[in-house]
Amino acid sequence: MSTAIESEQTFVDKFPDEARVVRAAFLSSFFALLLGAIFGIIQTLHRTDVARIIPSTDYYTVLTAHGVFMVISFTIFFLVGLFTWALTRSLDRPLLNIKITWTWYGLMATGMTLTGISILAGFVDSIDMSADVLYTFYAPLQAHPLFYAGLTVFIVGTWIAGADWFRTFLAWRREHPDERIPLQTFMVLTTMTMWYIASSAVAASVLLFLLPWSLGFIDQVNPTLTRTLFWFFGHPVVYFWLMPAYMLWYTVLPKIAGGRLFSDPLARVVFVLFVLLSTPVGIHHQYLDPGIAEGFKFISMTNTMFLLLPSLLTAFTVVASVEYGARQRGGTGLLGWLTNLPWRKPEFTGMMLAGLMFAAGGFSGMVNAGMNINYLIHNTLWVPGHFHLTVGTAVALTMMAGTYWIWPQISNKPIYSSQIGLFQVVLWFIGMALMSNAMHAQGLLGVPRRTAEPEYSGFDYPTMFGGFEELNIQIAIGGTLLFVSTILFLGNLVLTMGNPKVSGLAEPLPSPVSGAEDAPQVLDNLRLWVGIALTLVVLAYALPIAAIINRGGLLGPGVGTYPVWLAPLFDALADAAAPLFGAVADLSASVVEVVR
Amino acid sequence: MHIHAYEKLWLALSIVLILALIGTVTYGAVGPGVAMVADSQSTVDAAALDEDERFSEPRVEQVGENEYEAYIVAYQFGFEPSPIVVPANSTVTLHVTSRDVIHGFEVVGTSANTMAVPGEVSEITVETEEPTEYGLVCNEYCGAGHHVMEGKINVVSQSEFESRGGDSE
Repeated sequence: MSTAIESEQTFVDKFPDEARVVRAAFLSSFFALLLGAIFGIIQTLHRTDVARIIPSTDYYTVLTAHGVFMVISFTIFFLVGLFTWALTRSLDRPLLNIKITWTWYGLMATGMTLTGISILAGFVDSIDMSADVLYTFYAPLQAHPLFYAGLTVFIVGTWIAGADWFRTFLAWRREHPDERIPLQTFMVLTTMTMWYIASSAVAASVLLFLLPWSLGFIDQVNPTLTRTLFWFFGHPVVYFWLMPAYMLWYTVLPKIAGGRLFSDPLARVVFVLFVLLSTPVGIHHQYLDPGIAEGFKFISMTNTMFLLLPSLLTAFTVVASVEYGARQRGGTGLLGWLTNLPWRKPEFTGMMLAGLMFAAGGFSGMVNAGMNINYLIHNTLWVPGHFHLTVGTAVALTMMAGTYWIWPQISNKPIYSSQIGLFQVVLWFIGMALMSNAMHAQGLLGVPRRTAEPEYSGFDYPTMFGGFEELNIQIAIGGTLLFVSTILFLGNLVLTMGNPKVSGLAEPLPSPVSGAEDAPQVLDNLRLWVGIALTLVVLAYALPIAAIINRGGLLGPGVGTYPVWLAPLFDALADAAAPLFGAVADLSASVVEVVR
Repeated sequence: MHIHAYEKLWLALSIVLILALIGTVTYGAVGPGVAMVADSQSTVDAAALDEDERFSEPRVEQVGENEYEAYIVAYQFGFEPSPIVVPANSTVTLHVTSRDVIHGFEVVGTSANTMAVPGEVSEITVETEEPTEYGLVCNEYCGAGHHVMEGKINVVSQSEFESRGGDSE
């Protein structure tokens, strides 16, 4: 509120060291957003055949870069920044040791730089390095070892970040033995719990199979196994992207609307449900995979459908909190209160539009989750249409809108231009409405995703909701608006950084209408939720993974390495390293035999 | 814990929606009999498909009255047989595998869609109707030439199918 008292301190006044980490994380995030946006516009115009400035064979390097920079670097760097702010703010105490904090930030930045180099080297023919494996890196497509090694370092960085927050929480707990866990800290701890469970599988996949295979220590892997381990991680990671947005919707949006969060207990329930249900669902990405029994797919689907519950509850609570805010500002009537909201603030309008698109994304997600109707849209352009509404808007637009609110708190610098901000968030909404809608429609025509040239020589697509060409134009226009919107966001932020520091920007967060005292104690029992979550994961995954290994073996039924040109390179490498690694290889081979 | 009356109502409706979604899929499976790609087929050595009795010769063959089996291999960057010729008004069971990387197998404009995974065999059963031609695309990124990977499924009359010797190769 503009009535903030002069003596009120901002986050950076109180915690200057932590604020520096938050700013560094956000800037890393936005640098990735810039790279992702550049590859995004190249890709949109290429796919729709508006402008093809690269050969189609390089399209997949662009696509890998867009995917990895957007959903790994942009989202996760923003998350670690936001969580550092939220935990420190809500516990009202500094982190235990800022050197550890900078260590994990350094590991994440180093890891992502290595992975980024391995991807971008794919553009340079003279460098014998590439990682054209897309964000999902399905074996037997193989990337340069640097790609996997970088991802590993990055993930280890996030693990240390989680440990940093847990240790700080435990220190707070010793000082406050009888207090409820503050809501934002509760959100940080539950989200990180989910992340540890989820990322363990991709770490196992990379360290046990993909990295040794890319280094030539093992000849082949089981593609279904590594794919299943990827999706063990690949679905909960979408909630890892989403939880920062949820945190902003629950704890910051009601404040901006002029009110307070409707219910603290239900917010806790929602985050607990995500801990429990976000992992035992990954097989819903594999409905069309051979080698996995129908029953396992059905269990995964049932869990997935119940995962709708926390998001449906969120829709209620967020709208109720905003309505409460509007009525506090004098709003009346059944819908009349909508006019009493701060629509001129980009942080408010951005988050509201993001929430609206998330609802649309939720509905297309229900189609994806339906085991049978999924056949119609699996791997068509419908799917990227869906996740550009969810991660591409619900998450990305909320992060941008949230930045307009939080940046002054962590820097004491007012936003350069709220008008540009407002224009930017609305432009994103319009661009995404055009692009995503047309992508969904093309998906229903059968247009595949992940392809440089979706027009084929042997057949034409059927025509409905407008033809293929017309929808291409909508995608190209939408993608261009999104690019412009991103540049406006980044430009506004750069100009903000040039602003002089001022005082009086503090905006404290109010307590909820129904507070933590209304929440049953059991909600704060993290050990219990971890136990149940692990049980559900074992129930959902132990049998499928055992069956996959039993069918194809730990290292797969007779599958090679692609691209083929890599094979001789690795043979040479393996020969050279044989004396050193021979013992290790023998050992691992015998272990494999035993396991088999 | 205090929960607002409207919130309870919303929660109840949400659970009804979730159960209805699960219910429709369950009905689809037991009623109209929508089968999933599953683990019904045994694994195969992707590096030695020419020694496998199912895939050594990609083909379409008759196994009963109006019943046919198709054995299809996806590879960088195409499908065998090419085109895949199947008879009209019949039941065709497609067996799809890959001899290199993971591919997709999507009959454009239909719900005949599956992954093609090296080492595994996807089985889907389709009903053909009148003679027509369908486009076939790989819908999973499979390498630098992914965008040229396409095929054809030609549904031809029973008599034309037989005059071709019953085999599409």
